[in-house]
Amino acid sequence: MDIIKVENVDFSYVSQNDNGKQISNKVLKNINIDIPEGQFLAVLGHNGCGKSTMAKLFNGLLIPQSGKVFVDGIDTADENRIFDVRQTVGMVFQNPDNQIVATIVEEDVAFALENLGVLPNEIRKRVDESLKTVGMYEYRDHAPHKLSGGQKQRVAIAGVLAMRPKCLVLDEPTAMLDPKGRKEIIKTIKMLNKDFGTTVILITHYMEEAAQADRVVVMEQGEVVLDNIPERIFSQVEFMKKIGLDVPQTIELFYELNKNGFSLNLEILDIEEQAEQLADAIKGGNYGISN
Amino acid sequence: MGLAIELKNLSHKYSIGTPFEINAVDSVSLKINQGEFVGVIGHTGSGKSTLIQMINGLIKPSEGAVFIDGVNIYDKAVSLRDIRFKVGLVFQYSEHQLFEETVYKDIAFGPKNMGLNDNEVDKKVRYAAKIMGIDDEMLKRSPFDLSGGQMRRVALAGVIAMEPQILILDEPAAGLDPKGRRKVLELIKDYHENSGKTVLLVSHSMEDVVDYATKVLVMNKGRVFCYDDTDKVFSKAQQLQEIGLDIPQISRFALALKKYDVDLGNNIYTVKKAVQGVLNLTTNKEKL
Repeated sequence: MDIIKVENVDFSYVSQNDNGKQISNKVLKNINIDIPEGQFLAVLGHNGCGKSTMAKLFNGLLIPQSGKVFVDGIDTADENRIFDVRQTVGMVFQNPDNQIVATIVEEDVAFALENLGVLPNEIRKRVDESLKTVGMYEYRDHAPHKLSGGQKQRVAIAGVLAMRPKCLVLDEPTAMLDPKGRKEIIKTIKMLNKDFGTTVILITHYMEEAAQADRVVVMEQGEVVLDNIPERIFSQVEFMKKIGLDVPQTIELFYELNKNGFSLNLEILDIEEQAEQLADAIKGGNYGISN
Repeated sequence: MGLAIELKNLSHKYSIGTPFEINAVDSVSLKINQGEFVGVIGHTGSGKSTLIQMINGLIKPSEGAVFIDGVNIYDKAVSLRDIRFKVGLVFQYSEHQLFEETVYKDIAFGPKNMGLNDNEVDKKVRYAAKIMGIDDEMLKRSPFDLSGGQMRRVALAGVIAMEPQILILDEPAAGLDPKGRRKVLELIKDYHENSGKTVLLVSHSMEDVVDYATKVLVMNKGRVFCYDDTDKVFSKAQQLQEIGLDIPQISRFALALKKYDVDLGNNIYTVKKAVQGVLNLTTNKEKL
């Protein structure tokens, strides 16, 4: 069953110029994506490619001007069911400081539940569960502003988890974090996906994060230009560089060596396997240009 | 070459006299030559931010002294205001500090405060705009209509316009996409090469600095872990990993290859060096 289905979606931002004339800026063009339940999908693309706009379509923050978005079978354009959509798909944004509203960690996690009118006993249970899930339970009575960036972002994720969404959309959740914080977040979302079966849509421009997903969608100028498993995405070195994205350094190395007579497999991402492959090639004399 | 910066036994403690007292910077002594491009690396809490703020007089050291061009900047006779024109500091997420109506006015803010006349200010603005790849059309726009990468460049130009002897940048590429990162870092590199000024670039990503820096300063727990040529620092790749730093993926790959008795050499930190390393091995086969 597809948790999210995007059908022929176009989206434009409309603004007015100084003369009062309407200017329409098309940011998504004919997008078609089906996301099965339980998948870990990464959306890769540089700033302005439309990936954040697409994220906002996934939980009805934006409604497409043409085409349809279905969340768990519900049309996001159906105003009567928008709250069902928002409970199914939880969103986490880039800046943790903009998402935290309360002065105590556990109150922040409880915020959405209170708004939903969940009973106090149930709130207590879900808040504790969510905080334990992201590994922030010991910090439940701390003040959020004294936490590190990675910890704050995990609190923001807990706040979304408390609503028990089937699907989690994270829009560049690690862009403002240091390497340690970044690892904490990736570990957390991988665990949610694996152990709880939560569908994860990770929007990022870090290719090393995308490499860990089940599937990668690459966007460029409002269009999906690649949609495949990570191994088949990063092996397309020339294309990725052309649109200003990175590939892992080891893949770039293999690509350069292949130009020099090697025939190394570019569709491997594991660094140990790559090392074994290159070592075998060198020892076996398996390259073209040697003397 | 003279010394641009000399730190003598520099320490800074936060929350002195409380149970939370912490040595953010601990007896650091260091000499940085004029014209050097130093990559300052260390993870969060290593003391790198406290260190650079002491270098331009924003944080007073608990102990020790900072010399800029041979002058002790915390000497009573020295005006810290003058020091800050000499040592330009660009903070993290510097685009948050933009405030003026137009890009031009924003860049002009610093030079105006130096007491320059309009003509001189105009010269400085155009000089800095050119360095940061900001064209005349963009100078007229509101800084808030620009993309994140463009705003970052405007903020950098605002500091460069004061033509500081020493430019310190705290995570100038953080939060930008790969294209934006490369652009900002390339522009800083060009600025360094063309101006000959001293540049300190603070980052927790080694990939950001290895292509550009002439020297690398690694901070760990408030102390200098090492300060040396980029090549020499990377010969300690394993130790860098042990203190919790992320080394470039290609360096990790070179370490993994050693387990298979393939040695590309000790200073593999760019793809280029790795390619060269492999080709050296395969064209001189007897080495294996």
